[in-house]
Amino acid sequence: MSSYLELTARQRIPAMFDAGSFEEFLPPSARVASPHLAELDSPVSFDDGVVVGRGLLGGHTVFGAAQEGAFMGGAVGEVHGAKLAGMLRRAIDERAHAVLLLLESGGVRLHEANAGLIAVSEVMRAMLDVRAAGIPVVAVVGGANGCFGGMGIAARCANTVIMSEEGRLAMSGPEVIETANGVEEFDSRDRALVWRTTGGKHRYLMGDCQLLVADDTAAFRAAALDAIADLVQGEVGLTLEGLLAEQDMLARRLQDADGASEPMELWRRLGVSDPAGVPMLEADAFLALAARHRAGLQPAASGTGER
Amino acid sequence: METLQFRFGQGSRPLAGNAQLVGVVGSGNLEVLIEAVPLDGACEIEVHTAAVGFGATWGAVMEDFHARWSLADARISINDNGATPAVVSLRLDQAVESLISPAAPSTGGTP
Repeated sequence: MSSYLELTARQRIPAMFDAGSFEEFLPPSARVASPHLAELDSPVSFDDGVVVGRGLLGGHTVFGAAQEGAFMGGAVGEVHGAKLAGMLRRAIDERAHAVLLLLESGGVRLHEANAGLIAVSEVMRAMLDVRAAGIPVVAVVGGANGCFGGMGIAARCANTVIMSEEGRLAMSGPEVIETANGVEEFDSRDRALVWRTTGGKHRYLMGDCQLLVADDTAAFRAAALDAIADLVQGEVGLTLEGLLAEQDMLARRLQDADGASEPMELWRRLGVSDPAGVPMLEADAFLALAARHRAGLQPAASGTGER
Repeated sequence: METLQFRFGQGSRPLAGNAQLVGVVGSGNLEVLIEAVPLDGACEIEVHTAAVGFGATWGAVMEDFHARWSLADARISINDNGATPAVVSLRLDQAVESLISPAAPSTGGTP
């Protein structure tokens, strides 16, 4: 076992792609840093917190990116977002086999305000364009900072989301909810609650992530290879039928969650007999349990992104 | 932010290979970009640091670094977010080692 969580973005790229195959676009030596941070007298990074490029995965040309959570929480500024969007558009031009996004981000970099917001929306649009071009998009969420805000939405624009238990995926982060709605609504210091609400196991049980693995680089790589091999067999673009099915699923979820204030209650409603024991399960034991109780196990409609 | 520049002439150890980046601009951390560039045998270092007023400390750390490695034709660029002198020294050594021994496992990737 070799932890994925502990790695930097630059260490994750060679761990996920075939050895020595990755070619970076706009590398640090190009020094394309954020003009906004410099203006605010804040430290910049030579890669603006993201590695983008093209490599081989299982011998196929796969475009990819890795966000650096330790630089400003992986937040997306104008340059960071433009690098992601540019890589995605080039993946279409060069007919990539797939796109692999190693996400770790608190969302929009607030320092860059509208430029960051627009950048995230461009990333989402580009992801959907990649899918519309018949190229599968796989997102990996397994970093210490999780994947929140606009990038949480972007992750769900992928065909497949791969997570570890330690990974977190949501819209508003714990501190944001507590600040906006009070500690009675959400105690951001209650780590068990934070992970029950946003962590990989909850996302997997609810059907927001399609593959759950242990925090191990080899397991993440194997899952990415499997996901891409599966996706290239079918339709990866959005379809009206798929969107309607997704809408039905969300309406059902809202109904099923009525009156519940705690994820364990949702797990119980899914039929899990000992919800309090779920957080303690190792990945394999959890997957065996989840196989009987995951939400939305009805046959996947083609093109929904659900598998 | 403060920008500091250092230049050490007549180095004895040239670098070989592609530019490398080590470290991350996280709190108490820094990134070091190291490149082999013809500089008439010199080693040039540019530091952008969030901690203003520590020029003398940076100078001492760089003198020590030059005494250890005596790099020639090397450009080192640093983005710092408040790293301690010990962390700076370790990152500088890591950066040099990433270019001097390409066989060793890279922690910096290939920029």
